[in-house]
Amino acid sequence: MTKLRGIAASDGIATAKAYMLVQPDLSFSKSTISDSEKEINRLHNALQASTSDLETIRKIAAESLGEEEAQVFDAHMMILADPEFTGAIEGKINDDKVNAEQALKEVADLFVATFEAMTDNAYMQERAADIKDVTKRVLSHLLGVTLPNPALIDEEVIVIAHDLTPSDTAQLNGKFVKAFVTDIGGRTSHSAIMARSLEIPAIVGTEKITTSVKAGESLIVDGINGDVIIAPTDVEIAEYDRKAQAFADQKAEWEKLKNENSVTKDGKTFTVAANIGTPKDLNGVIDNGSEAIGLYRTEFLYMDSSELPSEDDQFEAYKTVLEGMAGKPVVVRTMDIGGDKKLPYLPLPEEMNPFLGYRAIRISLDRDDIFRTQLRALLRASNYGKLRIMFPMIATVAEFRQAKGILEEEKAKLIADGQTVSDDLQVGMMVEIPASAVLADQFAKEVDFFSIGTNDLIQYTMAADRMNERVSYLYQPYNPAILRLIKNVIDASHREGKWTGMCGEAAGDSIMVPLLVGMGLDEFSMSATSVLRVRSLMKRLDTTQLSDLVDTAVNVNTSNEENQHLVEDFMQNL
Amino acid sequence: MEKRDFHVVADTGIHARPATLLVQTASKFNSDVNLEYKGKSVNLKSIMGVMSLGVGQGADVTISAEGADEADAINAIEETMKKEGLSE
Repeated sequence: MTKLRGIAASDGIATAKAYMLVQPDLSFSKSTISDSEKEINRLHNALQASTSDLETIRKIAAESLGEEEAQVFDAHMMILADPEFTGAIEGKINDDKVNAEQALKEVADLFVATFEAMTDNAYMQERAADIKDVTKRVLSHLLGVTLPNPALIDEEVIVIAHDLTPSDTAQLNGKFVKAFVTDIGGRTSHSAIMARSLEIPAIVGTEKITTSVKAGESLIVDGINGDVIIAPTDVEIAEYDRKAQAFADQKAEWEKLKNENSVTKDGKTFTVAANIGTPKDLNGVIDNGSEAIGLYRTEFLYMDSSELPSEDDQFEAYKTVLEGMAGKPVVVRTMDIGGDKKLPYLPLPEEMNPFLGYRAIRISLDRDDIFRTQLRALLRASNYGKLRIMFPMIATVAEFRQAKGILEEEKAKLIADGQTVSDDLQVGMMVEIPASAVLADQFAKEVDFFSIGTNDLIQYTMAADRMNERVSYLYQPYNPAILRLIKNVIDASHREGKWTGMCGEAAGDSIMVPLLVGMGLDEFSMSATSVLRVRSLMKRLDTTQLSDLVDTAVNVNTSNEENQHLVEDFMQNL
Repeated sequence: MEKRDFHVVADTGIHARPATLLVQTASKFNSDVNLEYKGKSVNLKSIMGVMSLGVGQGADVTISAEGADEADAINAIEETMKKEGLSE
């Protein structure tokens, strides 16, 4: 057996065979042919085989993933049936006497270039991606190699990939996929978030899983510690079966807290909430006994669409979530595009430092047409539940006032049009920029609430790009500088009678939770699967013992590691 | 040959779903069917050809069909254009 270690991105233990979601080698060389009829025959066979692949994939995808996900394959089949496309390839084989692979590539490149040049039209740019996909499939048949078809998986597998893109995961059937292991990525990458929402174990950032494992090899994935065991022995399988059982027992124990409040040993109540990306995540939120949604990332509405989502489409999504939560609070963050999140139909200029650039509220205030559509949809949806609207990346009080002013204008317009808007509506902001954390006392006079975004707050405070592995040692959530900023925000909000939540990864971190409870953080929002673990942790804490702990962490200790040990020791002695 | 002019009123122009439906309709017939816009003519049975024209709102296009079933083809296309709200 071999053991590989990566970043534990979603907990649980799984044993199954490896499924390689890895692109095969599609390289070929240009050659001159003499029998063009024979070459055109090869082309037709490859086209036919590709169409038949796509028919099967489409059928299975429609059953397991839904009609909408399956429609992309219709577009692929139309390209294969396009007489201009196939005619041009045949023409090249006849006229230039080149092999089918070369003719296909030249024709496809030409179409791709035409569509990619239409930079003002996202739909066309997506079609360029379709042409590339289809070309790959035809090429694979010409070369006699097999493309991975994740939609066709029909047995339990562990998916092995360099990285998983949203379109890869959209094709995976949750019923058969037992775990993910990838070469790259971190706890906040798409594959990690996806695994947590599917509630399957995942290990990311192993660096070499794709070259260490062969298709069909048996694997154990330990998503608790971040270990992958390749070709385990019987003894190891038995050992991990026990571990999986212990994990299941622990989960069953947590499960009992599902309908309880989050209360400490000394009777102080907190809110443990969940983060979501789409209305589809609601089931996980409810199954895990979340008391609220502390972060609804609306950018997925924009990213999963081929054009700006309409007011009505957004309204439906927000209404579904608010109704689904049946009166429990829902914090919706307005569009947070930019940084590492791009929209094909809203091209943004390349920037030297995208995380310090044109993103989130900065785009919304500049493109207030987009912003107003979102706010109107939110205001209309407010009638269906307890809505809290939150603006991301606020750096100055003026920005908050401007954003809130636009919201007020849209509200007035709706009311003038005879529509109703809920009275129980709060407007707050993310605190992720050090400037707003430092001036929290001034912001607290303007907002209804704060929500601290720790991933960005840490990267901006430490001046360390969280995507850059070389400086990953500076990702220090327990650094006293970070803790002091967090405490400052919480205290400032309480002085004004307002509340503070946290919606970054840190809110579910077992070292951070005792410190945050000690600081009096009001709402903890995390992956739904962490909710019960955190609620169980809170039950062990006594807030009267925590003020010394917080004081030492914020004022005495000087490093991330010292604070980690401080909390670990404290918890052990409970 | 059958020829007919259309004024495109749909605010998305001819792409996405309407383009797909036009191509599907044209493909049902044996006649050669062409779409002409701004002096460029493409095969209306080719999805990529149709989309590469980038026909936007307010465009004036001419669709022609030539072959045994040309009259049926052009009528079916006109019906699709109206049903999909592409033209009035």
